[in-house]
Amino acid sequence: MNNVMAKFDMDELLNCMHCGFCLPTCPTYQQTGLETFSPRGRIGLMKGVAQGKLPLDETFEKNMYACLGCRACETACPAGVRYGRLIETAREVIEDYKRATGQRSAVRRSVVRKVMFKQVFMRPKMLKAIGTVLWALQAIGLQRFADKTGLIRILPRSMAEMQEAVDKVASPRARQARQKSIAPVSVAADAAVGNGAGSVVESETRPVAGLGAASPAAEPRRTYETVWSRPLRIGMFTGCIMDLMFYETNQSTARLLAKAGCEVVFIEQEACCGALHAHSGEKSDAVSLAKRNIEAFERANVDLVVNNAGGCGAALKEYDDWLKDDAEWAYRAKRFVEKVRDISELLVDLPPLKFTKSLNARVTYQDSCHLAHGQGVRRQPRALIRSIPGVEYVELPFADSCCGSAGIYNITNFDMSMQILDDKMKHVKETKPDIVVTANPGCLLQMKKGILRAGLEDQIEAVHIVDLLNRVVD
Amino acid sequence: MIDARLVERLVDIVGPKWVLRDSNELHVYSFDATPIVQAFPDVVVMPGSTAEVAEVLKLANDHGIPVIPRGSGTNLAGGTIPVQGGIVLNMTRMNQIYEVDEKNLTATVGPGVVTGEFHKTVEAKGLFYPPDPGSMRISTIGGNVAQCAGGMRGLKYGVTKDYVIGLEYVLPNGQILRCGGKNYKDVAGYDLTRLLVGSEGTLAVITELTLKLLPLPETKRTLSVFCTSLVDAARIVERTISARIIPATMEFLDQATMRVVDDFSHLGLPRDVAAMLLIEQDGPEEQVVRDVERIVQIARSEGAVDVQMAKTPEESAKLMTARRAALAALSRLRPTTILEDATVPRSRLAEMVEAIIRISEKYQVQICTFGHAGDGNLHPTCMTDERDEAEIARVEQAFEEIFATALSLGGTITGEHGVGMTKMKYLSQRVGEGGIELMQAIKAAFDPNGILNPGKVVAKAFRPRMVVRQP
Ligand SMILES: Cc1cc2nc3c(=O)[nH]c(=O)nc-3n(C[C@H](O)[C@H](O)[C@H](O)COP(=O)(O)OP(=O)(O)OC[C@H]3O[C@@H](n4cnc5c(N)ncnc54)[C@H](O)[C@@H]3O)c2cc1C
Ligand code: SF4
Ligand code: SF4
Repeated sequence: MNNVMAKFDMDELLNCMHCGFCLPTCPTYQQTGLETFSPRGRIGLMKGVAQGKLPLDETFEKNMYACLGCRACETACPAGVRYGRLIETAREVIEDYKRATGQRSAVRRSVVRKVMFKQVFMRPKMLKAIGTVLWALQAIGLQRFADKTGLIRILPRSMAEMQEAVDKVASPRARQARQKSIAPVSVAADAAVGNGAGSVVESETRPVAGLGAASPAAEPRRTYETVWSRPLRIGMFTGCIMDLMFYETNQSTARLLAKAGCEVVFIEQEACCGALHAHSGEKSDAVSLAKRNIEAFERANVDLVVNNAGGCGAALKEYDDWLKDDAEWAYRAKRFVEKVRDISELLVDLPPLKFTKSLNARVTYQDSCHLAHGQGVRRQPRALIRSIPGVEYVELPFADSCCGSAGIYNITNFDMSMQILDDKMKHVKETKPDIVVTANPGCLLQMKKGILRAGLEDQIEAVHIVDLLNRVVD
Repeated sequence: MIDARLVERLVDIVGPKWVLRDSNELHVYSFDATPIVQAFPDVVVMPGSTAEVAEVLKLANDHGIPVIPRGSGTNLAGGTIPVQGGIVLNMTRMNQIYEVDEKNLTATVGPGVVTGEFHKTVEAKGLFYPPDPGSMRISTIGGNVAQCAGGMRGLKYGVTKDYVIGLEYVLPNGQILRCGGKNYKDVAGYDLTRLLVGSEGTLAVITELTLKLLPLPETKRTLSVFCTSLVDAARIVERTISARIIPATMEFLDQATMRVVDDFSHLGLPRDVAAMLLIEQDGPEEQVVRDVERIVQIARSEGAVDVQMAKTPEESAKLMTARRAALAALSRLRPTTILEDATVPRSRLAEMVEAIIRISEKYQVQICTFGHAGDGNLHPTCMTDERDEAEIARVEQAFEEIFATALSLGGTITGEHGVGMTKMKYLSQRVGEGGIELMQAIKAAFDPNGILNPGKVVAKAFRPRMVVRQP
C-alpha cells in the first residue's frame, strides 16, 4: 500500500501553487463549474491521497477518470506543472492499488479495459483480425446487422452511437498487398534535397534574443542538411487504431513522404504505442510496448520515425521519460525519441509538396490535444493547410480545446464527451467551414460524429490532414 | 456540526445538484491560492440567486454555522479557508452580466462574473473597466470587490474600490439590502459601499454589483526597460512620477522573476540584466508618444542598459500576459511559493528594494521580487519548501522584518491581497489596537453571531501563518 503511494511525485504535486490559471482552459471545469472537475482540484485530490488525507476509493477513481487527459491545463500552467504525468501516475496508483487489494473496477470500464488493453492492443494479430471482422460487417452493412441481431442493444450506447461515424475499413486483401517499403519519388532538381537527402543533421537555430522573438516567424526551425547521397529513410509508425480504421490515410502518408523524396518502410514488428495503456494506469504494459517499438525501429535502421496520430506521437515522444530509470533502455529510448516526428512537423521542413490541383474550400483546423499540448505542434499543420492553392483558411475559435474524444473517454464518459462535443460544434458552425481538418484518428471520428449530431453532414466534412493534402497532389 | 436535517434544508433551498458533500468535494474547497493553509468545510453550497443566498444565510445564522463566501479561490491571504468548518458558499453560478448601461457608463453584474470575461464584454462596446489583477482570467468580480483587488493599471486608474458605485448585499440574518447605485454622487448616510469593498467576506455576502466604466483609451504603447541594478529600476519609477508623468502601468521584475517568466512565455528576454520595468502608457496618441519619449529619456539617464518598445499590440499584450503569470511561474523554482504584499510610498521604493535584498541574505532565504512598482506595491516572494520546518521558520522571520521595514518607511503590510487569516498577526501594528476594536465593533453590527468568514481579518484569536494543516 505504501509503496503504491510512493509512486506519486510529491515534488511535482507541490509544484502546483493553486493559482487557478488552468481553470478557464479545462473543458470539464467549463462544463461543470466544479473544482472536482478542474485541474487544480484534481491535483489537490492527488495530493490529498498521497498525503493520506483522502482514501483511495471509488470517488477518487471516478474523479481521476473524469479527466480527458487533454493537457490543455499544462499549456496554461505558468508553473510548468506536468499534469499529463500526474494524471497517468494517479491512474497507475489506482490500478496498482486495486490489483493489490483485489478490487474490481467500475463495470463498464472493466469490460473495455480487459478486452481492449489486455487482449487487443497488446497483440497486433488480434487487431488485424478485428479489422477483418469490421470489414466483413461493413460489407454486409453493420448498421443493418446490428439492428437485426439486436447487437445494438448489447453494445454500450456510446459504442453504438460512435460506430455511425466509422469509415469503411480496408479489406484484408488490401492489407495483405501493402508493400513493405516505398521508394522515394525522384524530386525536381531545384528542390532542396534534390541531390539526395541524407542522414539527419539537425541544427536548431534560435533567433537572437530580443523582444522580436515574440513573433511567430521567429520560432526555432529545423533544417535537414544533406550529408549522404541517399534519401531520408523513414520508419512509418502506422498506429493500431489508425491502421485499423484509416488504413488509406497511412498509405497516403507514406506516398506523400515518398513524393517529398523520402524512402518509407513499414515495420512488421511495430506494436501499439502504449498511449491508451499509460493513460489508463497500465504503465507496465505501456513500457513493454515501448521497448518492443524501440527495438523494432532500431532494427529497421531508420533516420526518423513518422506518425500521423497526435495521440500516438505524444506517447512515442515520452518513451525516454517512461524508461528514464532503466539503465539498459534509457539511452535507447532517448535516441528513439529524437527521431520521432509528426507528419506535419516533418513535411514543413521537407521540400514543399508540388500541388497539382487546387481546392476551393473554406477550411478550418481542430488541434489534436496531444499534438498541440503534448508535442507543441500547432503552427505546422496550419501552415500546410494554408499552403494549399485555393484554400481559404479560417481559424476555429478555441481550436486547441479538446473535442471530447480523448482516447476512450467518449466511450467511458459518454455524456460529458457529448456535451463537450456539442459546444465544439457550436464554434464549428459559427466558423462555417466546408472542411474541418484534424490530425488524430480519435479526433477525426469525434468530429465526424459531431457533424452528424449537429445535422451538418451536407455542409461540412471532417478530414485528416494527410487525406486533405493527398487530394491536391497526384 | 451540520446534521442531515440541515443538509436537507440546504437541498430544498438550492437543489440537490448544488449541495456538495462527498469527501473529494469537501477536499477541493479546503484550499485556495494561499500556500500551506488548508481546512475542510462541512458542506459546499452553490446558490443561484440572491433569494437563495438569503435563505442559506438565515438558516446558518439561526444555527450558528459559519458561512465562507467564495469566488474562484485565487486570493492569497487564506480568505476562503473554512478554518471553523461550516458552509463554503460558492458564488460562481451567479455570473450574469445584467446590464451594460452605455448612457450612464455603468455595468451591473452578478458576483460570479469572471473579471477577464467582463473586460471582454465592455471592451467590445468601446468601454473600459481598469481593475486587472494578475488573476483576472479566473478571479471573480465579487472576489475582486471583497478583496479590493489592485492590478497593473492601478498607478493611473486606481483600484477596484474606485469603480464600485453600488451593491446589493445580504446580511447574515437574511436581510437583502442595497447601497449606492448608478449615481456618481451620493452622500446619503455612511458610505457602506466603500465599507463593503475590501471586507473580505466578513460583513455581508455581495450578490450584485454596479460598476463604473470609462471610455476605452484611444491607444497605448508598451516599453521594456532593462537595468543592471534593482535600485536603478526603482529610481526610474520615482523619477518618472516626480516628473509628473503617470503611466498606466509600471511593473517591476527582478532577474529571477524575468527568467521564470521567460521560460513560460518565450519572450526572449535578456537573461543577464538585474531587473526590468514594464511600462505602459495609454490615452490619446499625441500624449502617449510624448510621455513615452520622456520616459525613455529618464530611463537612459538613470542607467537603463536597454529600452525597447513593443512593435505591435499583440507584442504588448504578450508582455502584459507574461507579467501576470509571474507569481505562478516563480513556483517552478521550489515546491512552496510564499508571496507577500508590502507596500510603501513610491518615493521609498528604492529603499524598500534594498532592504528586501539585505533581509533575504540575513536569513538565508531565496526571495524574488516583482510587483506594481508604480504603486509602491512590491511582491517579495519566497521560494521555499513547506516540508523543511527550519527553513520555514527563517522565512517567517524574514517576512516579519520586511513588514517592520515597510511600516517604518510609512508603508503598509498589505497593498492589495488583504489580511485574511495570514496577516492578522500584523494588523494591529498597522491600524493600532483602537483601530482593531472599532473594526470588531463594525463586524459585530453586521454579523452579531460571527458566522461570516470567522477567524479572518479582525477575529479575536488568530493562528500563526504556517500551521493550519488539520485534515
Ligand atoms: C497568480 C495570481 C495573481 C494575482 N494578482 C493579483 C493582483 O495583481 N492584484 C490583486 O489585488 N490580487 C491579485 N491576486 C489575488 C486574487 O486573485 C484577488 O484577491 C482576487 O480578487 C480574488 O478573487 P476570487 O474570485 O478568486 O476570490 P476568492 O479568493 O474566492 O475570495 C476572496 C475573498 O472574497 C470573499 N468573497 C468572494 N466572493 C464574495 C462575495 N460575493 N461576497 C462577499 N465576499 C466574497 C471571500 O470570502 C474571500 O475572503 C492574485 C492571485 C494569483 C493567484
Ligand atoms: S487534462 Fe484536460 S480535462 Fe484533464 S484537467 Fe487538464 S485540461 Fe482538464
Ligand atoms: S496546475 Fe498550474 S495553473 Fe493550474 S493551479 Fe496548479 S500551478 Fe496554477
